[in-house]
Amino acid sequence: MLRINIILKYLRILFQFWSTSLSIELEYKLNLFVEILSTIGNLAGSLFVLSMFYTADNTLGGWPWHSSLIILGFYTLIESFTISFLQPNLSRIVKQVQNGTLDFVLLKPVNSQLWLSFRTFSPYGLPSLIVGIILIYIGLVKGNYYVNELSLIISFVMFICGLIILYSLWFLIASTSIWFVKIWNANEVLRSVLISGRYPISAYPLALRPILTFLLPVAFLTTVPAQALLGIAPFSLMMVGVTIAIVFFVFSINFWKYALKFYTSASS
Amino acid sequence: MPVIRVKDLSKEYLVADKQPGLIGTFRHFFSREYTSIKAVESIGFNIDRGEIVGFIGPNGAGKTTTLKMLCGLIHPTSGVVNVSGNIPSLRKYKFLKDITLVMGQKQQLIWDLPPIDSLKVNAAVYGIPDKEASYRIQELALMLDLKEELNRPVRKLSLGQRMKAELLASLLHRPSILFLDEPTLGLDVNSQLRVRDFLYNYNQKYQATIILTSHYMADITSLCKRILVIDKGQLFYDGPLAKLTQQFSPSRLVRLEFNEQINFSLLKHYGKIIKQDNYSVKLLINRNDLPQKINNLLNNFSIRDLEIADPPIEEIISKIYSNKIE
Ligand SMILES: Nc1ncnc2c1ncn2[C@@H]1O[C@H](COP(=O)(O)OP(=O)(O)OP(=O)(O)O)[C@@H](O)[C@H]1O
Ligand SMILES: [Mg+2]
Repeated sequence: MLRINIILKYLRILFQFWSTSLSIELEYKLNLFVEILSTIGNLAGSLFVLSMFYTADNTLGGWPWHSSLIILGFYTLIESFTISFLQPNLSRIVKQVQNGTLDFVLLKPVNSQLWLSFRTFSPYGLPSLIVGIILIYIGLVKGNYYVNELSLIISFVMFICGLIILYSLWFLIASTSIWFVKIWNANEVLRSVLISGRYPISAYPLALRPILTFLLPVAFLTTVPAQALLGIAPFSLMMVGVTIAIVFFVFSINFWKYALKFYTSASS
Repeated sequence: MPVIRVKDLSKEYLVADKQPGLIGTFRHFFSREYTSIKAVESIGFNIDRGEIVGFIGPNGAGKTTTLKMLCGLIHPTSGVVNVSGNIPSLRKYKFLKDITLVMGQKQQLIWDLPPIDSLKVNAAVYGIPDKEASYRIQELALMLDLKEELNRPVRKLSLGQRMKAELLASLLHRPSILFLDEPTLGLDVNSQLRVRDFLYNYNQKYQATIILTSHYMADITSLCKRILVIDKGQLFYDGPLAKLTQQFSPSRLVRLEFNEQINFSLLKHYGKIIKQDNYSVKLLINRNDLPQKINNLLNNFSIRDLEIADPPIEEIISKIYSNKIE
């Protein structure tokens, strides 16, 4: 019972959070217009790249074109999550440390990490969500792949693990703003790392692969979920992915608690 | 049983020494050197439920730092803080639901939306059911004299309206302990008065404990029976406001009006002349000689009106702040 109450409480909070952030978007209609234009532009760009893929008849790092479409699809889904949540929320942490409004978050009876991570929701990630799903679907159909329910579920789990890994990394870097106010621009750093997830890991030089798998676990964001969907993901690699996700997530929680001990709250 | 107990509380900030410029930044990145700033030094006091305590001191004295430790935002370097049985820095939800912090310089309301939206967020955050929340909003809005302002974007509100809405948002969960850091900052005289009245009513209605900092002495004199004076991180005075005047000002202020123009130099040996006009004068006269001096004045001059008062609190405070207490 108690659990259900807590879940209901947080659902209500999230509902308020996201409806206020949508209202803010609507306050600035011009901005909304520009954003919609740029989203359409992005979409057109992706479709152009897509059409190029179709004329080419080649493989990339051992992946046929249509299966690398699936990877591109997962990449687009990750991007959707990034645009909707990671970018708007985590880049605000730095600002809130700078101007001291983090105080208000810390004094509320809610989990501060949850607040900071999910306070706003940007609707501009939604088109990528749809495009991502379509890309994966096209890839599966064109490649004549048969996907059973089990691999669908496993792929979904691996994808969630990828999101958790990315989120935890991003949140970790954002938390360091408690000490190095202003030094980091987590957005730029992570976006550029993220882009490497667009292509299959095996498309990269041999020397880079371990780095992309273990140091900056990009492989787990796109390649592994795609492999899982096609039923060709090595079991051990998936276990490593799950483990990395759990370790990163737990670490981010504890690191945040640790960082808060050093919070001095901007002088006012 | 005091609701707030503070003992030997200290806070040191570590501030990185950084030379200006790019090279300074670079050097700083590799070898961080720190100076410590003693913002609060072993202060102690107890506050009972329902008290309104004024917390005053010059800029940089450590007021905000102390309030932040009391509400658990920053961890004390040493010492004990206990607020209604809780250790603030643990930030237990039960504790957070019982307190609030209002800061004149920072705001929690969402800038682009009407206050009512922020209030709904807070209602969800504190788990207040919708119906109860709208009842409380009505009640507090009435006390604060807020009406359709609640439905206008915050960025379009005046400073005073915004502050009142801030107060509403900070009190929606009916905290019983209020930490107010310059809540009247930048407000005009009327708005200040409103906020003061409101705080007084809230205190009466809910037996709330209030600690208030302000650089406007009128806030303090009209609300607080007791004051804490802090200077350079140390507690300098803790007691009734009235006693501060007696303790730190040995003189009383005497205002005289004469029937005729007089030679002011004759008044010099009665006391210190603060202000003089054609027919009137303000004198500071030592408490001990007061009856005798007044007597002499009445005998030697043709006096139309006479008034004796404590010197204005601002003067005493400014004397304390500038360390000119004899
Ligand atoms: N976050 C911080 N980091 C480093 N030093 C700080 C910080 N906050 C405050 N200080 C220093 O601690 C001392 C006390 O500051 P505090 O803000 O508590 O003063 P105050 O009494 O609230 O002053 P004011 O009346 O100006 O608001 C000051 O010397 C200030 O420079
Ligand atoms: Mg202050």
